Amino acid sequence: MTSSPVPTRQTSGQPPTSAAAGTRLDPWFGSYAERTHGMRASEIRALFAVANRPEVVSLAGGMPFLQGLPLDTLAELAQQVVATRGLTALQYGSGQGDETLREQVLEVMRLEGIEAHPDDVVVTTGSQQALDLVTRVFIDPGDVVVAEAPSYVGALGVFRAYQAEVVHVPLDEDGLVPELLEETLTRLEAAGRRVKFLYLVPNFHNPAGVSISLERRPRILEIARRHHVLVLEDNPYGLLSFDGDVLPALRSWDDEGVIYLGSFSKTFAPGYRVGWAVAPHAVREKLVLASESAILCPSNASQLAISTYLANHDWKGQIKVYREQYRERRDATISALAEYLPDASWTVPTGGFYTWVKLPEGLDARDMLPRAVTARVAYVPGTAFYFDGQGADHMRLSYCFPTPERIREGVRRLAGVVSGEAELVELFGTSRGPADDEVQAPAPDVS
Amino acid sequence: MPLAPSPRVAVLAGGLSHERDVSLRSGRRVAEALRSAGVEVSVHDVDQRLLPTLASIGPDLVWPLLHGAGGEDGSIRDVLALAGHRVLGTGPRASRVAWSKPIAKTAVSRAGLATPEFVTLPQSLFRELGAGQVLDAIAGRLGLPVVVKPSQGGSALGVTLVDDATGLPHAMVDCFSYAGTALVERAVQGTEIAVSVVDTGDGPVALPAVEIVTDGPYDYDARYNPGRTEYFTPARLDEDLAARVGAAAVLAHRELGLRRLSRTDLVVDEDGTVWFLEVNVAPGMTETSLLPQAAEAAGHQLSDLYAALVRAELAAGVPADDGHA
Repeated sequence: MTSSPVPTRQTSGQPPTSAAAGTRLDPWFGSYAERTHGMRASEIRALFAVANRPEVVSLAGGMPFLQGLPLDTLAELAQQVVATRGLTALQYGSGQGDETLREQVLEVMRLEGIEAHPDDVVVTTGSQQALDLVTRVFIDPGDVVVAEAPSYVGALGVFRAYQAEVVHVPLDEDGLVPELLEETLTRLEAAGRRVKFLYLVPNFHNPAGVSISLERRPRILEIARRHHVLVLEDNPYGLLSFDGDVLPALRSWDDEGVIYLGSFSKTFAPGYRVGWAVAPHAVREKLVLASESAILCPSNASQLAISTYLANHDWKGQIKVYREQYRERRDATISALAEYLPDASWTVPTGGFYTWVKLPEGLDARDMLPRAVTARVAYVPGTAFYFDGQGADHMRLSYCFPTPERIREGVRRLAGVVSGEAELVELFGTSRGPADDEVQAPAPDVS
Repeated sequence: MPLAPSPRVAVLAGGLSHERDVSLRSGRRVAEALRSAGVEVSVHDVDQRLLPTLASIGPDLVWPLLHGAGGEDGSIRDVLALAGHRVLGTGPRASRVAWSKPIAKTAVSRAGLATPEFVTLPQSLFRELGAGQVLDAIAGRLGLPVVVKPSQGGSALGVTLVDDATGLPHAMVDCFSYAGTALVERAVQGTEIAVSVVDTGDGPVALPAVEIVTDGPYDYDARYNPGRTEYFTPARLDEDLAARVGAAAVLAHRELGLRRLSRTDLVVDEDGTVWFLEVNVAPGMTETSLLPQAAEAAGHQLSDLYAALVRAELAAGVPADDGHA
């Protein structure tokens, strides 16, 4: 390595005209915002480039299994939208979202006990955009967001982008632990830290696969209320319960202290990019303004397509189809884990897409990933789901996309990877410390 | 200038290696450049459709831009030659030698190039002899700092600079996650230099050396995230040193029997000694890669240079190394 000092960021990115001038291959290097300089090209993300190849069993991505969708019917519905309402579908629309769709969203949310008014709903480009809007509206650099440990990688990315600090609170098989939440909020308060909101994925948690129990839900809300902390309830998976039991949403208890985020990505199809937020009225006004400045309005074509689907198709029947498909995959995953990885432990989800696997003592899921890619299996290392580098002893397995046979094969390969890595770690008696790198997860189109 | 008649080149990119992503980007860049030079280009991943597809389109030339195993170890070149295709670049036998860092180091040191002292250690050796004792022996013999890297592979994957003996075990674990054999070499402090060599028909010529300055190790992020690394092309070396690093790269290229293009990574220490680290038969061709930077600094249009490599390969006879002795 050279001992020459690295010149300042003001260095030109243009090709040099003499040996005295270097280049950073980016003429705008000196222009980026401070927060942009933290972004890293991750070698872990590069490893995921292999995951979409058919030879690889990818247990990494969270792509829904869409093969069960009635494409012929959907094609007819899409044609109907363009033929009968084409000039609306292809035009700009309301910043808050299509009114009919907002009414239909109420019907969807009623399944989880939510009573609201269409005016409370803001349609967004996937619930990911709602996450971005809420964070934009509430977070100044250095503000604290409290989140479960582990937490959804896509939310952590948004919080990081707005320079929030995330403080994790552990969860167990019944979800977020209220006592630890109380303790954390009290500690942060005593330290004079400003906690802006509590971010939760209450159902079939990504990545942990657990749900917050019915008993804990009102307790968590009470603690948040007492500490004057807004709750951000992110619920893409709530209707994908394998036994059909749907727990009431946190929002069903509290319409002033909760912002609820919903999505059609898992219950219908992510390609339309339609999600929504339900927020207290003053917050909702700000979300609409923020959304208009970001995107003007959500896609009318997507909204009308979904609205037509909800009005003309047995969408609840489709959710049942999904539940059955995912239950079968969950079963395959759990039985393969029991057979091939008896030294690991894992959560047994009762819905959703993920199981959270704890590796045998001393193993590091990041270190192991290249070996896994060589063995043609992929997963997401647990560190992706923490803000502070924890989680190397865990990995997230997504069972949503591969067939049950492929899942079994994937877990079998994983077992070989784990035993190879265990041998190494035993040999060298070592494991790495906390991660110091950027959140690392596959791009959304990794299956 | 467009070639007439326009040759048909099949660019191979992707594959199943750890460097798939880099390879896809290299492939796209080269394909784009060739197209703008009037070459008819198709881009293919390495999968079960590859051989039938190539058989049906019958390209004049195949240009593998595959990084990592398969792409650089000569095996895909072997298969392509078996299927009767003309392939741009180093033949399978020489690829195998260059791909193995310890073998390449030994070969070039016999030809008179300095290369940092090293040991090659398969994982099984640690099992047999006990890891602690082997690691102690390494630190004792080579001193610290050392660089631990997979004996094969690129993009700095699995590479760690170790300046404290307590970091050695983890560096080994990291390395063995990528490959079964580790190369541990004495870390030479100095200026990091990469010299690309191209041969458009008149013999191998060194392009201007690129000097690499980073705020830490020249790791994956420093390579592919523009901004973290500053490049000086030509390198800030005096005339004599600049000539010596160029000559070293050409010597490595010739000595190892490489063809058409290569990139040699070197370090120049404060005494002016030029140290050979490794050579690449399929150098990266991405936006941030070193060969394209060197070529542009030398005044080449990339499209013209790549087209000239294609033309030179087509004009040359089938090289002996493409046989299967």
